[in-house]
Amino acid sequence: MAKGIWVFAEQREGQIKKVVFELLSEGRKVADQLGEELCAVLLGKDVAGLVDSLGEYGVDKVYITESDGLENYTTDGYTNVVTDLIKEHQPSVFLLGCTITGRDLAAQVAQRLETGLMTDCTGMEVVDGQLVFTRPIYAGKAFVKASCPEARPVMATIRPNTFTAEAKPKTPETVKVTPDIGNIRQVIKDIVRQVSERPELTEADIIVSGGRGMKGPENFKILEELADVLGAAVGASRAAVDAGWAPHSMQVGQTGKTVSPVLYIACGISGAIQHLAGMSSAKCIVAINKDEEANIFKVADYGIVGDLFEVVPILTEELKKLTAQ
Amino acid sequence: MKILVCLKQTFDTEAKIVLDENGKIERQGVSLIMNPYDEFAVEEALRLKENQGEGEVTVISVGGQQTQDALRQALAMGADKAVLVDPGDVELDEYSTATILAKVISGMEYDIILGGFRAIDDGSAQVAGRVAEILNIPVVNMITKLEVADGKAVATREIEGGSEVVEVPLPAVLTAQKGLNEPRYPSMKGIMKAKKKPMQKMTLADVGLEEGQIAPKVKAISFSLPEPRKAGKIIPGEPAEAARELARLLREEAKVV
Ligand SMILES: Cc1cc2nc3c(=O)[nH]c(=O)nc-3n(C[C@H](O)[C@H](O)[C@H](O)COP(=O)(O)OP(=O)(O)OC[C@H]3O[C@@H](n4cnc5c(N)ncnc54)[C@H](O)[C@@H]3O)c2cc1C
Ligand SMILES: Nc1ncnc2c1ncn2[C@@H]1O[C@H](COP(=O)(O)O)[C@@H](O)[C@H]1O
Repeated sequence: MAKGIWVFAEQREGQIKKVVFELLSEGRKVADQLGEELCAVLLGKDVAGLVDSLGEYGVDKVYITESDGLENYTTDGYTNVVTDLIKEHQPSVFLLGCTITGRDLAAQVAQRLETGLMTDCTGMEVVDGQLVFTRPIYAGKAFVKASCPEARPVMATIRPNTFTAEAKPKTPETVKVTPDIGNIRQVIKDIVRQVSERPELTEADIIVSGGRGMKGPENFKILEELADVLGAAVGASRAAVDAGWAPHSMQVGQTGKTVSPVLYIACGISGAIQHLAGMSSAKCIVAINKDEEANIFKVADYGIVGDLFEVVPILTEELKKLTAQ
Repeated sequence: MKILVCLKQTFDTEAKIVLDENGKIERQGVSLIMNPYDEFAVEEALRLKENQGEGEVTVISVGGQQTQDALRQALAMGADKAVLVDPGDVELDEYSTATILAKVISGMEYDIILGGFRAIDDGSAQVAGRVAEILNIPVVNMITKLEVADGKAVATREIEGGSEVVEVPLPAVLTAQKGLNEPRYPSMKGIMKAKKKPMQKMTLADVGLEEGQIAPKVKAISFSLPEPRKAGKIIPGEPAEAARELARLLREEAKVV
């Protein structure tokens, strides 16, 4: 019988993604309830040093696969190695973060194993010995609870910031696996990374976002100053992206990123339904808009009706003082 | 060059979602559109054909009879043929849909298959990838640029914190991310022409599949609607005063900074 709760330990450039720790923390609880092992699967080049950080979050066993060919993510390379491991050890559950990589890998692995996959989940619970997942559908306008009753492993990708990472140190057993990477059809010709000191939009605890009310690209500077004080990421509405003031990678919404921060500060954003679709699961929403009728105020926990060019710089100064205390 | 586009009809982005008496998502009376990401895929297919100076674009969808509207829209944009597989009244998950699509496609000629990276309704960014896996051809997801030459596709795709350029041999599946192109609007002439273009309608049996072969792996248990978010406090006062009060509330009341 299939046994073991597995988590994909996604890493990028030698750093484990935050969502992995969130999954391990919640996976620990599920593993204890079901009486199964919690395992992490770590792929990459020279990644053995990352095992300790996984141990912090209560993992029992880490499968490590190191190879030059796994340095950069490729769909085929990672799918081949991960499906081989799953076929050999037959876990009952395989969880991944709903990141660009997690999503890409999950679909291929699920199909090769002919199993079910629930994506972008925001809840996981054990009901009568079965894992039941909650997923937002129709851009967060409804939820579905679903399970994968027969096929194994049960697969799901979980939205970052859904669970809280809680340290539960353990010294995990490590299992070194010599991979058969197989044939990789995707040849990476070039990688361009924007170096940024800021957290990833989808992982950030705090996001400061700007819309058409920003009036131009140069004004995003005032949002960046606020973001600096808060250690926040900067987002944008589609209107701002389409105007060319911000890259699409910053777009929040139905055709952009879905974010779940603790705090979302919307500046000069009207709150169109397609924008709300991307951020309505934020725990606290702040709106700064000069139109008191703006839709964003219907979902905001705190609102200021006023000119963002006056409000934001003062807010930045105030928060700088407060957070310095 | 034979270009296939997998296209899904989805709810309009403005659609209000309600549950029917069985607790399922009410589909009656909702206006339907072509999945916005699939519009990018159709546009890219048309541009490929135009750039190559020859070729054929076939749009394929799994859905009910009303899906013909989305397929006609693609024909009006300039696609050559449409195929609709109506599986009838059966429960489908992404595994089922991908199995049907792959089965239809395996009976066709193709050099490249385009799709959206995600459907915006109950979509989950997996159908296109699953199709690639079943057909045993490579996939590149979330592309923002595509060049095709000498039996290869070179695509720029979004990755976290940047982008990468990936080359794959054809045939391959490529899924569209926003930024790939600006989809064209169908012209009046296009709309007229579309009425005469072939629309092949198939059932599961026509495709050569039985219900048992597409049994879903994932089962929906229940649907619910979110609690409406309550409007919160509007902080009064002059900008300076309000901003100061907001900072205090975020720290002391909401405890989020
Ligand atoms: C298929 C589809 C998908 C879409 N996907 C997305 C998506 O993913 N993300 C997204 O955001 N949108 C999306 N949209 C677009 C969406 O419908 C809205 O057009 C968009 O969100 C509006 O952006 P905005 O709020 O910045 O601009 P506007 O609606 O123009 O609002 C600007 C706001 O700024 C305020 N303002 C102006 N000046 C100031 C000032 N000095 N101080 C304070 N406030 C000021 C105004 O009062 C106004 O409320 C999509 C639309 C469609 C049809
Ligand atoms: N019913 C369908 N018919 C045709 N193509 C589909 C269907 N469902 C999904 N697709 C394709 O797969 C992509 C991803 O969909 P999804 O996995 O549902 O998010 C879509 O953008 C389409 O290109």
